[in-house]
Amino acid sequence: MSRTAEAIKNIEKISPRTVPLFEGVCAGHRGCQGCGEVAALRMAVKAAGPNTIAVSATGCMEIITSPYPQTAWNIPWIHVAFENAAAVAAGVEAGRKILYEKGGIKEKANILVFAGDGGTADIGLQALSGALERGHNLTYICLDNEAYMNTGIQRSSSTPFGATTTTSPAGSRSIGQVTWKKNVAAIAAAHNIPYVATAAPAFHIDLMNKVRRSLAAPGAAYIHVFAPCPTGWRCAPELSIETSRLAVNSRIFPLYEVVDGVYSISRDVAKPIPVADYLKTQRRFSHLKEEQINLIQERTDKEWARLQALVRATNPA
Amino acid sequence: MAQRVGIEVSLACAEAVKLARTDVVSAYPITPQTHIVEHLAELVANGELEADFIPVESEHSAMSACIGSVAAGARTFTSSSAQGLALMHEMLFIASAMRLPVVMAVANRALSGPLNIWNDHSDIMAERDIGWVQTFAENGQEVVDLTLHAFKVAEDPRVSLPTAINMDGFILTHVIESIELPDQKDVDAYLPPFKPLQILDPGRPRSLGVVGGPEIYTEARKAETVALENAYAVVTEHFEGLRKQFGRAYKPVETYKSEDAEVLFITMGSLGQTCMSAVDEMRAAGRKAGVVRIRLWRPFPAGDFIDAVKGARQIIVCDRAISPGACAAPVGAEIKSLLFNRKINNIYVSNPIIGLGGRDVTRQFFKDIYAQAVKDAASGKPMATEIMGVKE
Repeated sequence: MSRTAEAIKNIEKISPRTVPLFEGVCAGHRGCQGCGEVAALRMAVKAAGPNTIAVSATGCMEIITSPYPQTAWNIPWIHVAFENAAAVAAGVEAGRKILYEKGGIKEKANILVFAGDGGTADIGLQALSGALERGHNLTYICLDNEAYMNTGIQRSSSTPFGATTTTSPAGSRSIGQVTWKKNVAAIAAAHNIPYVATAAPAFHIDLMNKVRRSLAAPGAAYIHVFAPCPTGWRCAPELSIETSRLAVNSRIFPLYEVVDGVYSISRDVAKPIPVADYLKTQRRFSHLKEEQINLIQERTDKEWARLQALVRATNPA
Repeated sequence: MAQRVGIEVSLACAEAVKLARTDVVSAYPITPQTHIVEHLAELVANGELEADFIPVESEHSAMSACIGSVAAGARTFTSSSAQGLALMHEMLFIASAMRLPVVMAVANRALSGPLNIWNDHSDIMAERDIGWVQTFAENGQEVVDLTLHAFKVAEDPRVSLPTAINMDGFILTHVIESIELPDQKDVDAYLPPFKPLQILDPGRPRSLGVVGGPEIYTEARKAETVALENAYAVVTEHFEGLRKQFGRAYKPVETYKSEDAEVLFITMGSLGQTCMSAVDEMRAAGRKAGVVRIRLWRPFPAGDFIDAVKGARQIIVCDRAISPGACAAPVGAEIKSLLFNRKINNIYVSNPIIGLGGRDVTRQFFKDIYAQAVKDAASGKPMATEIMGVKE
């Protein structure tokens, strides 16, 4: 068993009966109705518990939780700027580590970093890579709603193929986003850090246990969370969580873990629903023709096969 | 006993950071700052400094990590130059707005382009309005003393602002000087452990770096501005502390042969030393010249400066940066604005821009500038800012 596998095997697991009552991110924030991002954020902080320091990048979660003189945070929280949450967290970690060694701090604390897909896949990628490579003991959680929602639904490198956004609008000569979604979890895994996972709020127990495992892992951890945004995706707020379930069940967003380089699929979708069933829940895809939907289906099948191959390759029989 | 040693100024700066018992150093290499951080990395590697050295992947992350580290309660240092400082730009404003006392040594270097690794002040002048306490060192001893002073001022709860010590790249950083390195016990007496005003502590959760809308942004900026203005008294108080502890006296503004001077050079940084030598020679030739050196650049020591120049009929403000398209170079504009505020209109202000990108400034050059400036004033030419020594 690898060092990380050893470290995470005995975590106090969360079950539907033992979901922590602790609320690190309180009600009363200014999130939109049906926000899948803040739902995932709340779950992550619940799992981490009160002995946690949160670092946020600029973005929806930052602005909805901290309009002075209010704050939704019940744990110590810091926001500095957009592209540097990983670097700020690295400083917090290093500062606390040396103060702990010198005796200035008596207790260790979890460090959770939250950033959106823009703050992770685009402008914050360098700082993220630096923090992962240096191996700071923290968990970086990308809450991926697949576009710059805070500034008004502009495309990011994490926006999926075919989605219409305000800077990749579908039109008579465009299908919307023409590039495929950047795979940041794979980039994180390429750093050979102890723990990488993907999660979705529809599978909340899985999400919370992944946060716990990431915090128990020795060193840097990365969790990529699929975070539906009804406002930006043009879907019904009450179907937000369901949308994330469909993404998983169509294999558009597979749930998996990479523990010391060993891949495992967390939710094996034996009989996937067609991607069309997922796409049709959101008006950002409503302009797509059969031809493009077929392309997305092909790509999804290919990616799933690739993930299975990674599982086989890293789990020798 | 304090030790007098022959040591490169960069290494002496790092030794001062060690004597300050710094907890975290976060830095990215850039010439001519490198020797400072290399030496710190070495001190950490050898166990001589009990600190965490974060070898970040950019200066933007260097300053971001400093902000995080101070917010965690750790005494934190970084150093940069030119492009590196420019890359930090966004973070510099946030560090001061969050009132987090990061200390930074700036090894002053010209900003690109063209790419130039040599000394001038264009890097820090582009960061004039960051809201940090900013000092300029003239020699290696000052670098050591101002580094200790920077921690003392920055962390003072009456200030709680980041502080930068400017030192001319190469001209200071790469020169071996005779420097007195203070005793650890004297430094400990001068600089007690850092007691932060606000930290990230699960025992007492706080939100740092919140959103400030139109109804509060003005007040937040006002509070920060007042804090910087009020830092003046703390800066001078801790200069006095330096004198008592280490026996070396510092003032926000220094003067040399200025009492009866008719014409005063105004300098910042290492230029002051060459300028004083030039003034000695000019005095020997019967010219009533003197030097006023600005050590404290932010907050600007307006009263001290006026006291230093009020008897002169002409001042020659030596700028080492350009403000393209503006009415004057940065220091010249500052001083003209101050004189206007004080209704002082009997001083002719010349504003030569010199020593750009490592161009040597000699004693003879000062004499030439002097001759030109005096001629300009006598001829009634409008006061102007001019880049000197341009090869046509």
